[in-house]
Amino acid sequence: MKSPKVDELSLPAFPVFVERGKVREFARATHAEAREYWSDSAPSPPPTFLTTSSWWADSANTVLDQPHFDRARMLHAEQEFEFFGPPPVAGTALKAKQSVSNRFTKVGKRGGELVFTVVLTEFRDHEDELVAVARSTVVETTEAAI
Amino acid sequence: MGAIAAGDVTLGTVFAPRVVSGLTLTDIVRYQGASGDLNPVHHDAEYAQARGYPGPFSVGMLPAGILGSYVADIFGASSVRRFSTRFVNIVWPGDDVICAVEVESIEHLGPTEVDVHLKLGVTNGVGLPVISGRALVRLDQG
Repeated sequence: MKSPKVDELSLPAFPVFVERGKVREFARATHAEAREYWSDSAPSPPPTFLTTSSWWADSANTVLDQPHFDRARMLHAEQEFEFFGPPPVAGTALKAKQSVSNRFTKVGKRGGELVFTVVLTEFRDHEDELVAVARSTVVETTEAAI
Repeated sequence: MGAIAAGDVTLGTVFAPRVVSGLTLTDIVRYQGASGDLNPVHHDAEYAQARGYPGPFSVGMLPAGILGSYVADIFGASSVRRFSTRFVNIVWPGDDVICAVEVESIEHLGPTEVDVHLKLGVTNGVGLPVISGRALVRLDQG
């Protein structure tokens, strides 16, 4: 079977649960000082917390695990999180889905082609409302990264 | 949460930097465990050297995460609406992680709500930029 073009990839959605213990662990790992992560029963997590959604995904849901990509040549260039209200609090059940929102090429400083891919992850609540998106820009180099 | 009131935020406010002195390999391992990115290039010296690096180096999302948690400590995690980072340079074990947060603009949405646009940056101990970023926080004075 021929694999679909990268911008036409349609990967299955996967459930993501915002867990209180994970929020604490992540707050501790990112040197957070706010006591609410420990004292509140349903704290809003730190801004980059949804990066932990990879714990809920497998390669079938993950854009960068598709055969179009070579992780060994890949660097993380940019990362953005956008929330359409307060970030989903501990206890929230979400549904996530990844797609490629952009792919483009630039010539690197030392020559050679740099291929940029923007991976979009959409997070929806139980009413199917879009509550957050993550945009991850990765760059693949034609030589080993760095 | 809500560590700061909208009335306390003025244009050009520069917050005292958050400094994590000498990032350790344990900091990196703890973050990798929390985040789920277990790429050995960030903690396994032999593996990193076999790939041409002098040694393991931090995941970019660790200094980005420290910066994000600092923004949340100032403004309250529930106020954050956008957080963007660009990875400029690598952070190595032993480097300081120095996070800077500055108010770039303020937008009044109504009688009580304001959007605060922040300019963000992380430098290492010798002044090299490692992350540049932007954030949007929504505060309510009501």
